[in-house]
Amino acid sequence: MRPAEAIEKRGKFFARRLPRAGGGFLYRRLALWLTILQLSIQERIIYRGEFFLGALMRFLPIVTQILLWAAIFEAVGTVGRAEIQGYSYRQVVAYYLLTMISRAFSSMPGLASGIARDIRDGTIKKYLVQPVDLLGFLLLHRIAHKLVYYVMALGPFVLLFYLCQGFFDGWPAPEVMAAYVASLVLAFLLGFYLEATIGLIGFWFLEVSSLIFVFLLLSFFFSGHMFPLDMLPIPWREMVAVLPFQYLAYFPSAIFLGKVSGEDLWTGLAAQAIWTLVAFILARIVFRLGLRHYSGFGG
Amino acid sequence: MAVVWTFARNSVIREMMFRTNFLVETLASMLWVGANIGFYLLIFQYTPSIGAGTGWGRYEFFIFLATSLMINSIVHTIFMPNADLLSERIRTGLLDFVLVKPMDTQLLVSFERLDLSTAGNFLVGVVLLLFSLAQLGWTPGLVPIALYLFYVLCGVAILYSFMFSLAATTVWLGRNQTLYDFWFYLTIFGRYPMEIYRGTLGTPLRLLFTYLLPILVVVNVPVRFLVRPLYPQSAADWLLPGFALLATLVCLWTCRRVFTAAIESYRSASS
Repeated sequence: MRPAEAIEKRGKFFARRLPRAGGGFLYRRLALWLTILQLSIQERIIYRGEFFLGALMRFLPIVTQILLWAAIFEAVGTVGRAEIQGYSYRQVVAYYLLTMISRAFSSMPGLASGIARDIRDGTIKKYLVQPVDLLGFLLLHRIAHKLVYYVMALGPFVLLFYLCQGFFDGWPAPEVMAAYVASLVLAFLLGFYLEATIGLIGFWFLEVSSLIFVFLLLSFFFSGHMFPLDMLPIPWREMVAVLPFQYLAYFPSAIFLGKVSGEDLWTGLAAQAIWTLVAFILARIVFRLGLRHYSGFGG
Repeated sequence: MAVVWTFARNSVIREMMFRTNFLVETLASMLWVGANIGFYLLIFQYTPSIGAGTGWGRYEFFIFLATSLMINSIVHTIFMPNADLLSERIRTGLLDFVLVKPMDTQLLVSFERLDLSTAGNFLVGVVLLLFSLAQLGWTPGLVPIALYLFYVLCGVAILYSFMFSLAATTVWLGRNQTLYDFWFYLTIFGRYPMEIYRGTLGTPLRLLFTYLLPILVVVNVPVRFLVRPLYPQSAADWLLPGFALLATLVCLWTCRRVFTAAIESYRSASS
């Protein structure tokens, strides 16, 4: 079924099912979103075999990381300490495993480079002439990808955490858990809008791949994916505190491990929400300005 | 040899056509290396060594890191683009044009292109190596240096064999993006000192990646000749280098066999 037909059909479906309170516009909007979501999901499950292999292999580096930290803490033990900046061996490994979940929410493979490519080769006109909003479409597309990813990665992740349960002290309290989930959702949105903004800079520069690379590198290093950010020495720690990257991996994991609690937790969540809002507005502004600058190359 | 030289010249000319791009790519890949070094600098703020009593102190480990950088840089500069090209040619049928050339096919497809953007990492590796040696206040003799260089080449040969065997399997598998990912994740295991592979999980891994898929000997063996605490002292210490040499020969031989078998099964696409 072609997308246009699908939207039409779904629109009628909702028009029948739901009370006619908000008028036809809302139904069509909802139908459009659902269709985009559904098409993206279908596109995603075509390559499930490759996905499973890929997911399994992505877990291999965990083994070396665990062994590396074990060796480090063994040596730390010889000088009479059991912790590094308040992290025990078990906590560092637990932290590392948790950042994998954070990154599963906040990393957006191919988003910025995809936008930049669409701008360069003119594919972006597709969104400009159709009554769909580019950023909205991409967000739904990404949500679909992530949903499929979570469903398929659930098995491997459950297995991984089952095998590694010795590194954890059990589940956190319900309100901490709620804050953790909220933080993950915000991490997803923040990651999306930050990376979309970088991609949209392609309106001004035709080649942004190196810019994207530097951005990814910064985000990888300063999001705390490789180590708990508490380990950074003072000037760096302060610098990282004013950057948005820590909310992509470090902050959710720190919530789960109880490293931020009480008032710090709520101010941290508020700061994350503000950063997300800032990134959202920034992406919108850059998109608007970019469109004004755009002259549509290519057929 | 003359042919290889011409290939290298052509690659340099091609890269220099887009000079800014080349510079930016080099810088980007050096930044990545910098981040990695930063991570270990941070680790050594808190720990005297990696593993208790292993001898991998800060500068010993940086020599390990430098060697790993140099070997990987050689492989990525020379062989990675060629392995890509080989897969692509098998898939599209363009390998026909290579097969008809009056020269050994494997030699031809192994050196045709250079990707110079990661070559900068080699220099970073050399600088890091010299700096760490100076910090240790230790000047190795000529024999250890010669052995070090020899085993660096062995390491390159082992990685080359793995990469080209995988690339050649395109003949049977059609498309193998997943295989490349596999290669990438496999090499991750070779980036750490052997000593960290211990315990119920580590020991089987060490045996697997030393004797079955000799990824661990690639960096571990040459470094042992340069770093004093691990410098071979008894006869038993020579077993590993001896094995590494054997492993290199077996890898190269296997790669050659896989490559020849692949060429024999190659039935050209399209045309």
